[in-house]
Amino acid sequence: MTESELIWRISGGSGDGIASTSQNFAKALMRSGLHVFTHRHYPSRIRGGHTYTEIRASSEPVKSRGNGYNFLLALGDSFARNPQEDAYYGNEELKPLSENLDELREGGVIVYDSGLLDAGEIEEFDRRAEENNWHVYPIDLRGMAREQGREVMRNTAGVGVTCALIGMDLEYIQDLMREAMPEKILEPNLEILQTAYDQVKEEHDPDAHDVAVPSGEHDEPQLLLSGSEAISYGAIDEGCRFIAGYPMTPWTEVFTIMTQSMSQLGGISEQVEDEIAAAALALGASHAGVKAMSGSSGGGFALMSEPLGLAEMTETPVVFVEAMRAGPSTGMPTKTEQGDLEHVLYTSQGDTHRVVFAPGTVEEAYDQTRTAFRIAYEYQIPAIVLYDQKLGGELISVPESTFDREPNPDLGSTLTEAELEDAPHNAAGKYERYQHDVADGVSPRSLPGQKGGRFLASGNEHEPSGHISESPENRVAQVDRRSQKVEAIRADLDDEGNQTPHGPEDAEYGILTWGSQQGTVEEAVDELNAAGHSVKSLGVSDLVPYPVEEVEAFLESVDEVLVVEMNASAQFRGLTQKELGRYGEKLSSLLKYNGNPFEPADIVDGFESTMIDGNDDVPGIETTFVPAAGD
Amino acid sequence: MSAFNAIGEEREIDREEFTPGIEPQPTWCPGCGDFGVLKALKQALPEVGRTPEETLLVTGIGCSGKLNSYLDSYGFHTIHGRSLPVARAAKLANPGLEVIAAGGDGDGYGIGGNHFMHTARENHDMTYVVFNNEIFGLTKGQTSPTSPKGHKSKTQPHGSAKEPIRPLSLALTSGASYVARTAAVNPNQAKEILTEAIQHDGFAHIDFLTQCPTWNKDARQYVPYTDVQDSDDYDFDVHDRVEAQEAMRTAEEALYEGEVLTGRFYVDETRPSYQGEKQRIGEMPETPLAERYFDDDYEWERAYDEFIDKHR
Ligand SMILES: Cc1ncc(C[n+]2csc(CCOP(=O)(O)OP(=O)(O)O)c2C)c(N)n1
Ligand code: SF4
Repeated sequence: MTESELIWRISGGSGDGIASTSQNFAKALMRSGLHVFTHRHYPSRIRGGHTYTEIRASSEPVKSRGNGYNFLLALGDSFARNPQEDAYYGNEELKPLSENLDELREGGVIVYDSGLLDAGEIEEFDRRAEENNWHVYPIDLRGMAREQGREVMRNTAGVGVTCALIGMDLEYIQDLMREAMPEKILEPNLEILQTAYDQVKEEHDPDAHDVAVPSGEHDEPQLLLSGSEAISYGAIDEGCRFIAGYPMTPWTEVFTIMTQSMSQLGGISEQVEDEIAAAALALGASHAGVKAMSGSSGGGFALMSEPLGLAEMTETPVVFVEAMRAGPSTGMPTKTEQGDLEHVLYTSQGDTHRVVFAPGTVEEAYDQTRTAFRIAYEYQIPAIVLYDQKLGGELISVPESTFDREPNPDLGSTLTEAELEDAPHNAAGKYERYQHDVADGVSPRSLPGQKGGRFLASGNEHEPSGHISESPENRVAQVDRRSQKVEAIRADLDDEGNQTPHGPEDAEYGILTWGSQQGTVEEAVDELNAAGHSVKSLGVSDLVPYPVEEVEAFLESVDEVLVVEMNASAQFRGLTQKELGRYGEKLSSLLKYNGNPFEPADIVDGFESTMIDGNDDVPGIETTFVPAAGD
Repeated sequence: MSAFNAIGEEREIDREEFTPGIEPQPTWCPGCGDFGVLKALKQALPEVGRTPEETLLVTGIGCSGKLNSYLDSYGFHTIHGRSLPVARAAKLANPGLEVIAAGGDGDGYGIGGNHFMHTARENHDMTYVVFNNEIFGLTKGQTSPTSPKGHKSKTQPHGSAKEPIRPLSLALTSGASYVARTAAVNPNQAKEILTEAIQHDGFAHIDFLTQCPTWNKDARQYVPYTDVQDSDDYDFDVHDRVEAQEAMRTAEEALYEGEVLTGRFYVDETRPSYQGEKQRIGEMPETPLAERYFDDDYEWERAYDEFIDKHR
């Protein structure tokens, strides 16, 4: 790990403005020419409770939060409970300092608000600081802010101090403040920023430590945004103009972004009574001829199971997003996990088919949401974008060209009135919307209101005109036709290149992963190869239909494979074995399910101790190893 | 040119258009009240001037849910209790459609009770017909939310300990702007009320009494039918909430005593429909959203720059 990267962590209490401060700082770093990646950690509480955000900035593209961090700005928890009030939660006031020490790298910098925090109260603080060669700067940020303006502006003081200590120009921060702050608070904030900066420059020697802001230059303009934003823009560009939902973390982010966009773009957003209604509304809007989506997180998606089946049976195109958090039940609302995979694959009764995408990066989140809409409307099938709190919430700098912004209002296999004139109708004049024999299994649809398109959409099994039918011949014809679509979609998706290989082609070992872990795995692969191992990875994001050929080729090309995912039951490994029908002896699992995503180091350590050293136990409590079966 | 030529087409509509006669024949039991709803609907729709193509009939599950199999319009036969959320989104997506939702008392007041309350509250411009036979028909005679207290069935062998739900009162308190009750055995009134409800701009709820001779022979209100047929001109004060409430209470209690009071109980013509409200506050476009996809001149990238700008 070089010190050519800055990993800045700002900690405090929920409600202390950690998110907005860090977002601005991340943007400032990006504007200075760096690549950034942010990671948020927050409790399920509105105010108070330890929270932090990490920003990793480097002149090279960054794919994960990195290993540990090297600069701590501890603000103190201004909403903390009384420390005397004995402490189920521990001493919250101190947590922004004490809780963050374990991951701070050797030689790192600590700035803490001595107006709120007292390092003397932390056990062995001085000894640890000395042992780890930490450079500690107690600074009365609260006092500084109070003097110039208001106490809440101590965030700004902290940013000023940071800039002074890492040698970063204030102009980027100042510009951002001018763009974002109303006149009234702008002046005092600018003042506090400058004062803090000058004071530190005067009183301390920034060269006393090695932590500095790297310098860089972008090849092309960058944007800072999250997976949730990328999913939303993908949906908008694909012509989605109807969204219905019910709030549940972390899906709420997409719901909120889409709602704001819909009212600006002339679309419709509906917050409704529950998730069953939300999914059903999306179906109603799509049935009437609008590109529609809904979504939720685990528990809410469970309620959508029946409307999902209705979409499958009536072949109503629709896109659902499922934002995973730790489950089951309400689980851990603000913590990430990849535990809903099987839920999304198998929920709903009968022989059902849906398409499932699990983007691995912000760029993929945009592209694959677009693909999800395209496939859903072309093949009249529900498509699900499965992602997690991690991908949804982390802000990453991406090239502006990621968003091609070419709008696609094409409704796929939907007929116009003119086309309906030549389409098949039954003796009663109804359009045969569910014809038995059609190429790829796709029987084009008509829309209510169209001349010559009358049909009945029914969740019961139905004959070509849509009328309920329990005829055995019709049943078989309809089931076969609906199933046929999956093969067509598989062939269609083969051109998309949704699976992401990384590392030397002739590597000895493989790491297989899916969804949001892709970038972290890739960084681990680089570290492993740098350490002399021979490893490559494949990030899979087409989950249904499963990319059998690509994965099989990958597995065949290596001796042993470690499957990395964030759940306790190795769900993706299970899916892979089921889809490929073998490889039980070749696939081992590295799992993490404590609520926090993998760091590259977790994977490096896990790989070395299991694949190389042959241990069945991984050191430390963070990850778990499940060895391959049957060898 | 509209993308949906069938919508708003001005022409004489004859009754047969909704029944070409070669459609599947109803599988309802002989004497079932559901026939009455179908008949009334076939009479009302041409009356309000809607063509089969611009009519979308969304149903739930149950004997009642099969209604749209026998009416020659566009249809969506959904899942148990969910007709309303499907229907209201279709209406928002394409306000040109005449959207009617229908289902049973189990469907609408039981499993779909939450949606009923909220759709009424929002006052969507649509009609909701609940076939109230006080029983689960399709699943063979279990107690429903409108079965009287003490009602015995295989699932309540000791007689139901629950008070029945009061659908009219519930609709009124939830915010429906049109509330009526009619009965399959009273075809003239049924047609009239349906016509009125469909024309009403807002959420029109009709508690439609439908006898189930197969599973609910004892329901007192269906005997004698002649009483019901005479009750055309019930004199409710339809604009005053308090009086409407009073009349509803009487009607809802009397039903279980064997007296059937039907008619229009409440109309509020001043309350704007949900769609109107949404357009007023700028949350819904004036032109039908569904039209956009066929409109070559529509500018799809409008306002998108602003979103990108905030990420720079
Ligand atoms: C989720 C779900 N639960 C249960 C059923 C089974 N079911 C079908 S119809 C019905 C009752 C319908 O009763 P009602 O709405 O009164 O209609 P009726 O048949 O009397 O017209 C039930 C419980 C179902 N289809 N779906
Ligand atoms: S069971 Fe009852 S409700 Fe169902 S069709 Fe027969 S009579 Fe009608």
